[in-house]
Amino acid sequence: MIKLAIVGLGKMGLSHHAVANIHPDVEVVGICDSSSYVLGVLKKYTGVSTYGDFDSMIRDVDLDAVLIATPSSSHAQIVNTALERGLHVFCEKPFTLDPRDAERLTAAAQERGVVTQVGYHNRFVGAFREVKGLLDGGAIGTVTRVLAEAYGPVVLKPKGGTWRSQRNEGGGCLYDYAAHVINLVNWYVGEPTGVGGTVLGRVFSREIDDEVSSTLYYPGDRTAQLSVNWSDESCRKMTTRITLWGTTGRIYADRQECQVYLRDSARIPEGYEPGWNVRYTTELTDPVWFYLRGEEYSAQIDSFVQQIKERRSNGINDFASAAATDKVIAMMVADARKGPTTALDGASEPSSERRRAPGPRWWRRLRDRGAPAFSESS
Amino acid sequence: MDRLLFGDNQFFGVNHMSEEKARAQALRFQDIDAVIGVLDTAYDEGVRTFMCTTHERIELVCDHMRGQPERYADFTFYPCMPYAHKYANAVTESGMLGAVKRFLPDEGLMDAAFRGGASLAKKDIEGLTTLLIDAEMKMFAGLRTPVVFLQNVVVDLLLGLGFKDAFRIFAEHVESRYDAEPGFITMNLPALLPVLEELQIDNPVVCSNINKLGFRMCGGAQAYEAALRERRVRAIAMSVYASGAIPAREAIEWVCAQPNIQSIVFGASSAANIRNTCELVSEYWPQPSAIESGVGERAPT
Repeated sequence: MIKLAIVGLGKMGLSHHAVANIHPDVEVVGICDSSSYVLGVLKKYTGVSTYGDFDSMIRDVDLDAVLIATPSSSHAQIVNTALERGLHVFCEKPFTLDPRDAERLTAAAQERGVVTQVGYHNRFVGAFREVKGLLDGGAIGTVTRVLAEAYGPVVLKPKGGTWRSQRNEGGGCLYDYAAHVINLVNWYVGEPTGVGGTVLGRVFSREIDDEVSSTLYYPGDRTAQLSVNWSDESCRKMTTRITLWGTTGRIYADRQECQVYLRDSARIPEGYEPGWNVRYTTELTDPVWFYLRGEEYSAQIDSFVQQIKERRSNGINDFASAAATDKVIAMMVADARKGPTTALDGASEPSSERRRAPGPRWWRRLRDRGAPAFSESS
Repeated sequence: MDRLLFGDNQFFGVNHMSEEKARAQALRFQDIDAVIGVLDTAYDEGVRTFMCTTHERIELVCDHMRGQPERYADFTFYPCMPYAHKYANAVTESGMLGAVKRFLPDEGLMDAAFRGGASLAKKDIEGLTTLLIDAEMKMFAGLRTPVVFLQNVVVDLLLGLGFKDAFRIFAEHVESRYDAEPGFITMNLPALLPVLEELQIDNPVVCSNINKLGFRMCGGAQAYEAALRERRVRAIAMSVYASGAIPAREAIEWVCAQPNIQSIVFGASSAANIRNTCELVSEYWPQPSAIESGVGERAPT
């Protein structure tokens, strides 16, 4: 039995707690949260041992592993403490808010030889795994461009009372939604050498971004475009889509299906044929021992458990791969501050004064004239 | 319970195979008259029970049915609560307590319930749960709701956490307040049944995926078969077509041959598909002479 503690009992923490608790190889020996009523209810009704702070829990309880689902700004410190104790660590995404922390923690974990994982559950979604297999097999040749999208209805009005509405706590669409698609793009085509044209736009929020767009650059003029919006009510829930164009075909995938077009010249994988192919989630999904919200949530916990049991890392979503995602996010934050790199009046780079302005001169002119497409919504 | 129940996924852009198809359906059923048109077709084919989430748009369907009591004399709702995305999105935006507050009829009650902080009393959590149930049930006032379901995301969360008392609180409240039977939707049937038995919720109405593919049948098809054969349960099979992955005839033939299944819940958008399912079910599942599955006719233990 793996003795596991859960740190942070918000939406993800509760869900992980349920899935881990019913895993045949796991015993949840403690849960920890700053909210006394959530702990009180769980203690009273499930009998689990509860702790108001992480340090006392880690001191008092004999543990093999921790699962961290606290607000993102606290990840680095809690992970660090857990690693000092030699514990295996599962941490929710995003891993850290500072890539230097991510690198330091990755190195520390490697030194101690513990199993690490970060909750990028899309890598356990059947359709997205299928895409990875197709790319590794060279099905669409050389990938020239990627479009990675995520839309959903999280912030739909100008208000918000949780840490997710605060930039320094790791809130915002970039850390919450975009991190997922960045992580997928990294998995598929590797780490970008640079980013450009990043816009962290607001729809309703005052402090944080609700929309994210950016271009990730790869060697050989290849790019990936990100388009993310968590203020999109037209989507019932978070919807992630990936499209990849290659020299011998095109792949589109979302959680439900994987549509593949293969040219005659493609290296056709087994079971596929030239032209259109569709694989559905019903055939791409491996069964899990317990289902809550999606097979991927169970599969990722099971992956963590199996690695601990076998005392070896399988590398899926380990700290090193999550650190790469953190690095891209940090590049995007820096890039977004620059604003437009080419202005209408011919200068190749806008002046620093213009950079601080709410947009280039042509944008302000149009806005002041009240051009509908550019007017700020009130 | 009728042998065939009508589901509502198709009306709300839920499709487990294709987001494109889901959106096309959402577009088509944006107009509530389109929803009611399909329900009318099903009703006229003899499918009289509508098993639906407590999505806010269902309220419009309820209003329609209430307005024509004679036309819909036998129309029955099986409400399934809560409509989880409403809560999940609210939790992301407002936090756990903020979300609960938002859906409670009166914020004062919530404040009172949590005044105790860590020493939250048992009756408070019971009170809170029943208030949430009442809020979800409001739209069905004056309509027939003989079975009220707890949605799988909640059932399976509670099951995983080992928060068993919540099933009892739900069952008792639904029985006493609405004179209805509690129903449970789950993706983990073999794990849930022993827990309900332990809570002495006898011969429960449980709805879960049961299909030839074994799609989303956690614990495996064999464990499902054993559970159906050995446990006292009134099982409702959902996702029998596995979102279209299994041809209709093959799907119905298989599910009708499984032990102890009382009903099938299915979703369809066209008259032809509704009729086809009705015909297949009567072909493979001829009405036995003595079905003891009638709701309200629970056999004594």
